[in-house]
Parts: sequence; structure tokens; C-alpha cells
Amino acid sequence: MPRRPSNPFPNNSPSIPWPSFSPPAEKGGSLFKSGSGKPSRIAQFFSATPKSKAEAQSAAAALLAASRAQEQLFLNSTTPPISNPSLSLPTISLSTATADCINMDAPPTTLFQPPSPGEARRLAKQHAQFAPLNSQSHRYTSRHQGGEFPEPIMDEPPYYYLLTTYISYLILIIFGHVRDFFGMRFREENYRHLKSRNGYAALNSDFDNFYVRRLKMRINDCFNRPVTGVPGRYINLLDRTTDDGNYHFQLTGTTTETLNMSSYNYLGFAQSEGPCADSVEENVKRYGLSMASPRGDVGTSDIAVECESLVAEFVGKESAMVFSMGFGTNAAGFPALVGKGDLIISDELNHASIRFGSRLSGAMIESFKHNDMRDLEAKLRDVISQGQPRTHRPWKKILVVVEGLYSMEGTMCNLPGLVRLKKRYKFNLFVDEAHSIGALGPKGRGVCEYFGIDTKEVDILMGTLTKSFGANGGYIAADKAIIDKLRVTNAGTIYGESPSPAVLSQINSALRIISGEIVPGQGEERLQRLAFNSRYLRLGLKRLGFIVYGHDDSPIIPLLLYNPAKMPAFSHEMLKRKISVVVVGYPATPLISSRARFCVSAAHNKDDLDRFLSACDEIGNVLQLKFASGIAGGAPPLEHGVTWEMEQSRRRLQKHDKAIKALVTTPRWRFEDVVKRGVQDVKVPLR
Amino acid sequence: MDFQEAQAHLLIILGRLSQEFHRLPGSAILLRYIRSSYQNDPIRSAVELFLVLFAVRYLLAPKYSTKPNYVTLSEEEVDELVEDWTPEPLVARVTSFEEAEIEKRPVIVGPTGPRSKLANGRTVTNLASYNFYNFVSNELLKERAIQTLRTYGVGPCGPPGFYGTQDVHMKIEADIAAFLGTTACIIYAQAFSTISSVIPAFSKRGDIIVADRAVNYSIRKGLQISRSTVRWYEHNDTEDLQRVLAKVTKEQSKKPLTRRFIVTEGLFENVGDLVDLPKIIELKHKYKFRLILDETWSFGVLGRTGRGVTEHQHVDAAEVDMIVGSMAGPLCAAGGFCAGSDEIVEHQRLSAASYTFSAALPAMSATTASETLLILQTQPEILNALRENVKAMWTQLDPRSDWMRCISAVENPVMLMVLKQEVVNLRRLGHEEQQHILQDIVDESLAQGVLITRHKTIPPNPSGTKNEVFTPQPALKICLSTGFSKKEVEKAGIIIRHAITKVMTRKR
Ligand SMILES: Cc1ncc(COP(=O)(O)O)c(C=O)c1O
Repeated sequence: MPRRPSNPFPNNSPSIPWPSFSPPAEKGGSLFKSGSGKPSRIAQFFSATPKSKAEAQSAAAALLAASRAQEQLFLNSTTPPISNPSLSLPTISLSTATADCINMDAPPTTLFQPPSPGEARRLAKQHAQFAPLNSQSHRYTSRHQGGEFPEPIMDEPPYYYLLTTYISYLILIIFGHVRDFFGMRFREENYRHLKSRNGYAALNSDFDNFYVRRLKMRINDCFNRPVTGVPGRYINLLDRTTDDGNYHFQLTGTTTETLNMSSYNYLGFAQSEGPCADSVEENVKRYGLSMASPRGDVGTSDIAVECESLVAEFVGKESAMVFSMGFGTNAAGFPALVGKGDLIISDELNHASIRFGSRLSGAMIESFKHNDMRDLEAKLRDVISQGQPRTHRPWKKILVVVEGLYSMEGTMCNLPGLVRLKKRYKFNLFVDEAHSIGALGPKGRGVCEYFGIDTKEVDILMGTLTKSFGANGGYIAADKAIIDKLRVTNAGTIYGESPSPAVLSQINSALRIISGEIVPGQGEERLQRLAFNSRYLRLGLKRLGFIVYGHDDSPIIPLLLYNPAKMPAFSHEMLKRKISVVVVGYPATPLISSRARFCVSAAHNKDDLDRFLSACDEIGNVLQLKFASGIAGGAPPLEHGVTWEMEQSRRRLQKHDKAIKALVTTPRWRFEDVVKRGVQDVKVPLR
Repeated sequence: MDFQEAQAHLLIILGRLSQEFHRLPGSAILLRYIRSSYQNDPIRSAVELFLVLFAVRYLLAPKYSTKPNYVTLSEEEVDELVEDWTPEPLVARVTSFEEAEIEKRPVIVGPTGPRSKLANGRTVTNLASYNFYNFVSNELLKERAIQTLRTYGVGPCGPPGFYGTQDVHMKIEADIAAFLGTTACIIYAQAFSTISSVIPAFSKRGDIIVADRAVNYSIRKGLQISRSTVRWYEHNDTEDLQRVLAKVTKEQSKKPLTRRFIVTEGLFENVGDLVDLPKIIELKHKYKFRLILDETWSFGVLGRTGRGVTEHQHVDAAEVDMIVGSMAGPLCAAGGFCAGSDEIVEHQRLSAASYTFSAALPAMSATTASETLLILQTQPEILNALRENVKAMWTQLDPRSDWMRCISAVENPVMLMVLKQEVVNLRRLGHEEQQHILQDIVDESLAQGVLITRHKTIPPNPSGTKNEVFTPQPALKICLSTGFSKKEVEKAGIIIRHAITKVMTRKR
């Protein structure tokens, strides 16, 4: 955690409108010095000279020209690329060029003209945010393939690893207590804030604080890493060091460009250029920075109205509302929907904002096992037949709350199952599409579209605009009657600040691109690249022998690490290879299932994923992470002439004979084979 | 198979079992124990056997519900009950008043500002936006925002803990801390969600919070989430506060020490008046409470350079344990912050829900806030200009109206106007009727080209006890800005005054 004992950004000279970063006295080097020969973004930013007239030409014209050009391209080739695929990156590319990643569709170039340095720089910047597509074959459509809801199989590591995990925690806890024991006696000043002092109780007692102090602090450098620039395909980390065991960090002034496997940038809209950024620029010029009023007063602008109708149309509901924060949308949304005498039945793994909002609402709260429809049904039968506690009066209404895609598990909600139950038990259904909107479904419209279910079946579709759309905020979409009521009873509308024009125009143009209204073909490319990338990486990890959780089409891929010590080790090894990943452990996950979580993006291309897989392969060997037993996938490809259907029926027969165990092979593919088979196997059901 | 055969079988099985049992490690000790205990004390063995049987029975017993008066029903009965159950609609129907409100919602076309164009094509004088210093139309700020856009894009695409903390966020945190004179600061992505997460990050079940009865919705939600014991004191009544503090201290003197907080606002959102901070600081020290001060409406407004109540009333900001404020109001950016000591700030990074579990603030808003903060520091004259405008409006409205009075502090650019008590008493006006009257005044002003609003509220806890429910008196909300000349303010003031008179006299 960065701490600033003295203000490192002193507002020194009042004459400069932007406070300049003065070089810090301690720890040599300017705070944001350019690192590794490359000028850091912030340095560029602050030394930015006024844009040249030519460049500052009206964004509208640029937008129009861009879309014209795209259209032209669209007419020429079938699909226009989002970014120019012609140049190879000057940046790191570890991937081995294999047969199937040669660009098949590149027009035959007879004359090679090296681009001008300016052009090369522009392309490098563009590609650092959004990778060029290697081949048109690297696309797939995210859609449920019919049949039953695929329950993901949870693989387990050998008992040895579970045991050592428990032992590790035990050792860590004992060590922590021993350190506390001696620390409290010999280094009292470090513990002062944990004890009552002159009549004030400690802000957080040493007991509450133990986990953070003694376990998390050890790996604190894996969290809250500061960054700069666009969180696109690559992300620039500000390097930092610590000399007091992760309590405080000092920025070294350099930056590291890493492959970004951690941002929720599913569709790659985190970009500082392109049609979205251009329209944002135009709207900032036109509307200014803020609406300076809550929506309930006079914070409603014409772009907010436009945004709401675009969102409603996109998710397939009559009406929608947008808010300036996704968390706040839930926190304020539930109290407006339910109250005393109502019941919320919530999936046990639901997000903190849902729990926050439910608790504020005053309704009773029950939870059911993650994605377990049988448990939910049992709960429903129980609560409906029992009625409200004590009085046994019937519930006024019951709201079942699930997420479309779970951000720590990578699982989708069992929407077909929920809809079936809803018909019978007449509850209301609330789906939080924070991660699934934009990321799932052939047109990116979320879980309903993915499963081919009419959005009428879901009463409230909530989601956030923070993730797929690269903007900020949240929305609630429902029938017009519901939204109208919520507009006047929802605290977020009445007290919360309205979303800024910049954010709204980012949302609007992202939605228009996805639906193909502007820059036709680009939205489709983003969606299909995301779907391909998600499956490709998941399949690759399974084949290498890792245990991953979640559904095949989910862009969130958790890789199980188990031992707590492997969290920092994995994160550091990845950082060494210039890849940034998120590691999570208890309390965000169950104690034993610490994991690394990857978020795939449309901004990645196959090279990036291969580079990442190769890094995983190496690290997996070193850290002994290849636990998979094979029951969850990664099996060898089908033999020639055997179709998926034949295989399925064979399996069913086998299951009947209870012979399945014997036939599972432990997947430990070689990296080269994974890359070789990847593209073709992604397009068929994964196994 | 006859009886003897069966007996023989049984004997063989028993023999095997006892053999197996003897083979088990530790079986000898167990046998010896049982034998010796039986010899010494057969009753004890009986009791032990009973205990073992009881434990087995307990473990095998079906899990019973811990819920009181649980009714056991057969499957058919459950089916029937499920069949019979008809839920209420998800939301109630909109009332006619609400419907009118939705319909009349002003939609601004183009930028907001002192003169705003509405969707119906009219351009009106906008006295409803918190555009105090007219930063909205500041070209320099726009240029900076666009530069940020071209470097950072729009959203940071992740929560602060997972690569969402950008250098611009660290900068605005440092800027605010330096501005206020605290050691550290943490920013949130939405001002409204800030304090609802700050309070429960520190105050837990069993802790004690003493709060002003008039605190805003967001604070109340924070109190509710924290599950702490909440005691209320009368609005802005420091004597009552002292009484409550003394009472709490006395009650708790025998119990283990728990965390204790006083929660109040700088300028009150619901009432518009000003807190007496020096007195509260004195009491806080005396009774050893920590102070959480919500400066959402006073930060950027009060004091010579806009540092808030602390500057206005000459209190060292370090005396206040947590200062919570907004970057969305006077600073015209977005997001909220909490400033305090290092320990307080770092604790929030892990345990404040709306910080940890929500995406970070867009970089553009962070740099805008840094910029506007700097303008406040370098051009404090704009604060005076705003105060002049507030004064001009006051003279137009408060002393000259027979019907309404302004309850806001004179420094507050958000003027809340309520119907005078005599009027309310004379006409026996309930809350709803007052709201209708105020809405008519709003409509009438708008017809004359001046956009103002009602101060809209929703009950924070409709199911709470009587003590918890505080309903502010319905009020008109008039927000001043430096974007107006004195003439324009006076003109708008006259229009509002006439609108009030017109509505009030028509109603008779
Ligand atoms: C399911 C869910 N709901 C809501 C949110 C909050 O959204 P935001 O980050 O926009 O506040 C998140 C984000 O982390 C989420 O995962």
C-alpha cells in the first residue's frame, strides 16, 4: 500500500495551472521518470504540447471519415480489422510462430515500405491498447449449444496439496501469533494502534486485524499495484519497492509494460483513440465535464436519455436507468424494490454490492448454494409454505437474485433452470449482469441471449458499464412501469450524482459499435474475438494440466493455486515475464481454493494468449500447479472420424457401466501441441 | 438353513469380529480400560455407555430447524401452498404526483450552465445545478480532461485493488490531503456511496454512534449497515449532544471499551444550516469520541479557500478523525473522498465495501478534481463572488416574502426555502400539501424562465421506529452560481418571489 508521509505532489507554484510533479528529495529519481528507454505516459501527458491544428480537426469529421473508411474496407474485405494488422510490434512477443498463426488473410504485399517513425509510433500505441487480429479464423460466437445447462465439473487436486495448504495456513497463523507475542512485548510502538489508548478503543483490534496484518501483508505487493495509461491489451505498472515488509511502497519512477490479464476490459473498449474516444472528446467539448446535479433534480441531459434508450434496446427491455456507479446501483436499487415483508433469496456467491443493497432494503435474506437449482427449489418450497417467520403470513413477494457471470468462479447462472423454477414458484428474478453484459451471447447482450431466453422472463436486468464498455456506472433495465416507479423511489436517482457526459458518450458509442450501428463489423469482431480468446485460453490451460473453474465460454478464468505461498510466487513469476495477473485468496474465496484470476479480452490476440500459456506452462512446472485429473477436460482430441455426438453416446454408455474412472487420462500436454491443436479444437465442444 | 446353522454362522462372525478388533491398534488399551472401570465402578460404565449411545443418537438425529414454530408439512400441502401463493407486483403503481414528476422532469439539451436549454426548446436561467463556480463551461478544464482521455481512456476497468489505481488517483488523493491538511486521503467512485461505506468500515456491532437527527440519507444508510448502537441527538443542539454523550459514557462505564463515534454534517443536506464544529470538537475530546464529519456540502464552499467547515470555523482538520466530502459538487468532477490519518485511510482500502468492490474513478474525473482544487486555491476570489450572489438572492427572497423563509446558513449556496410555520399552521398543511404547493411554485417559476427544484427526499427507513425517522420540512432548492451577474440574480429572485406569491394567493 502506498503511503505518503509527506505529500509527494506538492502544489507548489500557484501560477502553473497544473501542479507539476516535483522530483522527490528522497529515493533518487523523479517520480514518473521514463522507464526502460520508453517515455512514460505520464511524462508524455504532462509535457503534451497543444495539439496541432490538423490533428485537432473536428472529431465528428474524424468519426465520419473513420466510419466511411471502415465501410469501404467492409465492402472490400468481408470484415474490417479494428486495428491495422500490418505491423509487427516492437514490443515483447514471446510467442513462437506456429503454422496456424500465420496471417492467412493478409493481402499479398509486393513492395514492403517501412512505415515512417511517426506512423510506427502511432501503430505501436494503438496496438498496445488493442492487438491486431492475426487471422480471421480466430473468432467464435458465444452461444449456448443447446441441451442441458452444462454444470461445470470441479476437479480436485491430490489430497497431498489440500493437506499442505492447511498446514501452510497453520504455520502462517502460528508464526503470526508468535510474532505478535514477541512484538507486543518488545516492539510495543508497532502495536499501539491496535490497543485502546487514552480512553479510545482501537480502530481495529488486533484480533480483527490479524489476518490482514500477518497474512495479507506478506503478499501485499501483489495488490493495489498502481498503473498509468490505458488498461488495454497492455497495462503500464508503476514500479515500486518496499523496505519495511510491504507496509509502505516507494515509486521508483520507472514503469513496466505488462500484458494485461487482469482488467475487466472484455470487449477492449479501454482505448484512448478510435471512435469511442473521438466521440467522448467531442462531447466533452460540447457538454463540459459534469451535469452538476443528481438525475432527480436537473441532471438529466439529452445524452443521458439517449443512453438509457440505447441500454434498454441493447439488453432487450422496455426501459432503463443509468447511474454513476455499479456498486451504488445495487446499494440503492434493492431498497427501492423490496422491503419489510419481502424475501430476497440470493446466491451464496453474490457480489458485495448485492449483499450491501439487500441488507439496506430491510427485506429478509436467505441464500442458496451457488448455482444449485435443487437447493433453491427446496428453499423456495420451504419459505413459501412457511411464510414469514413467527407470523406465518405469506410473503409479499420473493426476489431471487443471481449474477449472470460470477467474477471469482467464471460460472454463469443456470438461467434455464431459474426460468423453469420461476414459472412454478412465481418469484421475481433479478439478474446482475455486471460481467456478462457485452461478454456473453452472440451479440453481447448477456446471459439471456447466450441461453436464447426471452428477456421477458427476467424481471430486472441490472448490470454495470464499468466492464465491457470501458466506461463507468451501472444500469437497471425492466418494464416501463417498474422503471418509472424506480425513478422516483430510488435513492441513486435522487441523491446520487449523474453520470458525466464523457462516461455517457463512451457508453453510447460502445453500444453503437457493438450493435453495428457505427463502424459496422467492428463490434462483431470484438465479440467474436472475445469468445474465441476465452475458449482458446481455457482449453489451453486445461490441456496443460491446470485446474480451472467455470464455463467454457466465460472470459473469466480462475486457475486454482491452493497453497497460499503460491499466490505471491505465481504473481511474481508472471510479473517477471511482464504479465500482470490478479491473485485472490481467503476471504474472497474459500480458505483452500486460492486462485489466480484471468480476464480475457477482445484486445488480446492469439500471440498474446500463446505467450501467456507458455508463461503458465513454465510457472506451472516450477510451482507444481498442474493438478488436473482429467475429469474436467483437457482430454486428447477425438480420433479421426469420431464425432462429438458419437463420443458423447460412448461416454453415456460408459457412465452406465461405471467404467469412466479408468478411462480418464491426466492431461499434461506439451505447450507446442497445445498451440498446434488450439485453434481447430476451440470451434468444437471443448473436452 | 435351520436355526443351529445360523447360530454357528453367527459365532464364526463374532469370532472374526473380535479377532479384527484385537488387531486394531489401541484395542488392547480400550479393553483394559473397560474391564478395569467395570470392576471398579459398574455404574460409571453404565453412565459412559449411556453417554456414548446418546452421542450416537445425537449425531444420527435428523437436522431440525432452529427456527421457532416451524410447521412440518407434507409434500402435497407444500404443493398446495405454492399453488395458492400470489405475490404482490414487484413495485407499486406510480401515484399521480409521481407520474407528474416523471413527466415534468427537465431534460437539458447540451451543456448545463447558468443558461440551459431545455428539451422543449426554451432557454432558462438554471438555479438548480450545483454549478457553483461555473466550472462546467471552463475551457481549460475541458482541454485538460481531453488530454487525460487521450492518455488514459475513460474507465479504469477494474477496482483499485486490481490494477485500477492510476497515478492520477494517487495524485488527487495527495492533493486533497495537502489541501485539507490531513495526512492521507482515499477517493471513492461516487460521492453518494462514500459515507455509507466509510461508517461501517470502522463501526461494527456493539460500537456506539451518536448522530445528529437531521443527517442525510447516505449517512443513515451507513449507520444501518454498521449494525452499531445508534443514539440520536436533536439537530444541531450541542447541549442535547452533551447530554447523550454523558449518558452513553455513564451506561458504558462498566462494559469493555468499544469504539464510539459522533457523526454529523458540515452544512446539512436536509436543513441547509451549519454545524458548530468547535463545540463538537470540545465535546468529542471530553467524552473521547471520534468524529466523522460529512463535508459533502461544505467542502469547496466554506472557508477562505474552500477547505470547508474546518477553515471557516478555524479548527485544525487533524482534529476531525474523518472528513468525508464530495468531488462531484463544487469541484464539478465526480466521486467522493475520505481524509484522515494514515491508519484510517489504509484501513478503508481493505474494508470499505464501495472502495474495494467497485471500479475506480475515471481518470478524467480525477484530473478535473485536481484542476478545480487548484483553481480554488489560487483564485479564492471566486468564493467571494459566489457569496455575493448568495447574499443578493437572500435579500430578494427571505426578508421580502410573506410566505416562505430560507433555512440555509447564509454561506450556503444551496438555499432551502420552506413555508413559514404560521402559513403551515394557518392552512393546516400536511407534508403532501406542502409538496404540491412547492411543485406549483417550481412550475410557475419555470414558466417564467427560471429553473429551480424541490428538495427531493425519500424516507430513509420507512420501517424504522419513530425515533429514527426524521422528515425534513418540504423545501424549495435554489442553487447559486458565479455564472450569474448580480443583476441576473436579482431578476431571478424577483421571478421566484412573484411565483411564490402567485401560487400562494391563488390557493386561497
Ligand atoms: C456482480 C457485480 N455487481 C456490481 C459490481 C459493481 O460495479 P462497479 O464496479 O461499476 O461499481 C461488480 C463489480 O465489481 C460486480 O461484479
